[in-house]
Amino acid sequence: MPLPYSKKLIELFMNPKNVGEIENPDAKATEGSPACGDMVQIFLKVDPETKRIVDIKFKSYGCASNIATASIVTELAKGKTLEEAKKITWKDADRELGGLPPVKVHCAVLAVDALHTAIENYEHQHGLLKEKKPTDKEKVIKRLKHVIDPRKGLDVIRTKLVKDVEVENGVVRVYVDMEEDEQYAGNVREEIIERLEPLWDVKKVEVIFK
Amino acid sequence: MNELKKVYLDNAASTKVDDRVLEAMIPYFREFYAVPSSEFSHSPGIQIKEAIENARESIAKKIGAQAEEIIFTSGGTESNNIAIKGGAYGQIDNGKHIVISAIEHRSVLESAKRLAKEGFELTVVGVDEEGFIKIDELKKAIRKDTVLVSVQFVNHEVGTIQNIKEMVNMVKSINPKIIFHTDAAYATGWIDLNVKDLGVDLLTLTAHKMHGPKGVGALYIKKGVKITKFIDGGFSEFNLRGGTPNVPGIVGFAKAFEILSKDTIEYVKGLRDKFYEKALNEIEEVRLNGARDFEKRHPNNLNLSFKYVEGESVVLYLDMKGISVITGSACFSRTLEPSYILMAMGYSHEDAHGSVRFTFSKFNTPEEIDYTINVLKNVIDTLRRLSPLKGE
Repeated sequence: MPLPYSKKLIELFMNPKNVGEIENPDAKATEGSPACGDMVQIFLKVDPETKRIVDIKFKSYGCASNIATASIVTELAKGKTLEEAKKITWKDADRELGGLPPVKVHCAVLAVDALHTAIENYEHQHGLLKEKKPTDKEKVIKRLKHVIDPRKGLDVIRTKLVKDVEVENGVVRVYVDMEEDEQYAGNVREEIIERLEPLWDVKKVEVIFK
Repeated sequence: MNELKKVYLDNAASTKVDDRVLEAMIPYFREFYAVPSSEFSHSPGIQIKEAIENARESIAKKIGAQAEEIIFTSGGTESNNIAIKGGAYGQIDNGKHIVISAIEHRSVLESAKRLAKEGFELTVVGVDEEGFIKIDELKKAIRKDTVLVSVQFVNHEVGTIQNIKEMVNMVKSINPKIIFHTDAAYATGWIDLNVKDLGVDLLTLTAHKMHGPKGVGALYIKKGVKITKFIDGGFSEFNLRGGTPNVPGIVGFAKAFEILSKDTIEYVKGLRDKFYEKALNEIEEVRLNGARDFEKRHPNNLNLSFKYVEGESVVLYLDMKGISVITGSACFSRTLEPSYILMAMGYSHEDAHGSVRFTFSKFNTPEEIDYTINVLKNVIDTLRRLSPLKGE
């Protein structure tokens, strides 16, 4: 059986591009946490006139896929305008890497999210962003599209792993179509909580299994 | 281009079969392939029966047991399944409560969980930060209706050796009817095991972690202990396990047990100690996981956490350099969760993600240790430079 990773991924893992920090960055963002085993930091330098990303660097704590996807995402974003960079998706990263194993797709999502959050932070700091909206079902579902079903390598909304979502007084309840003692149950719970907890008006996230 | 050096440091998972073991096994594929049989059969069958009984005798002697107290199985997992399920159902007249530790091998853990689904009550006893069972907690867990206690002799991940004798004495002083099982799969051959001295009722052995073949193990069942049979299909293994025995495996098992010498163990310990010393000297912020007293640690086991880095990266990088190790990181596991053993020891997710297990054997050399340390130092340096957790 060959290694589960493509040559390109291994090559980027061993020799990642755009590694490090930018001094006095125009924006930065961190996604993930050491607790869940994956963390990506992105630093941006943006041309104030053209709104083009003139420099981008990353730091990563995590597995090989995490490091390689962060590397590819920075390469994809470099030289692009903020509007163009917003359109980069995890699927682009996945494609560039020659296809990640399903259980590793969340690494690509993390790196892309870090890029998007860094752009959002830039826009926020430069008065390009509107007021904060309260969290509703639609917003939760949008965020959950970034949680990957580790069995299939697709998001949990698309695989219908998430059956329903309720938002009530700052409490989000996510109903999951999986037994609590299933192989990936613990991981799914953590990933969902990790995605929803940062929302500014969310006080509690409950993941309810079958 | 130099050929990639291959350094296998995953000997707690499985080991290379010793040539002498392989040679002892070969005739049982080529010449002596009949099914072992009772005394009223054909000569080849009887001859092979004798080979099995010799192996049984030899293995029994190694652990201070009698031959008829040993049954052969397909390995540690099957032995543990028979011990936990067969043991619990065998004593069901005395109650339906079982006790295990939180760091048992999955074959014990999941057997116990199945029993819990089938109506038994399960208590899981915790461990301290070095992986030693909390004796007080174990004491409190024992009840009138407890029928089975299972504690692993030595942990396969962090190498911590339990004081089984003390636990058996304590448990039996509270409730003498309790059956005590210990999973000694990883200890087999490496650590002195004497069932009489330990006082256990059931003990799991396996061949492949001491240069024997895979697919064969044994269960010691103390005379008089009732076990419910659940592999039906014949009267073999004292009517406890149906099926044709793995004759070459059994012969190889006995041979491997016979030839693993004290000198070999000392040699492996020496490699392990050298590796640890070099790692501490050459790499900063290394944490030892498991028993800190090396006398209470499996001779071939080292488990280290490297701060600021994640284990799967380390494993893949080392693999690219020909070195085989494993990690307790979530990214490496099939459940995407960090090692339940390190978590039970009270580790944070972060510390568990950074753990790497190095386990040595007699086929490793001091040169391999030097090579691995050099590569490892590089890997850790590189990954730490990448890590957002490592401040300047």
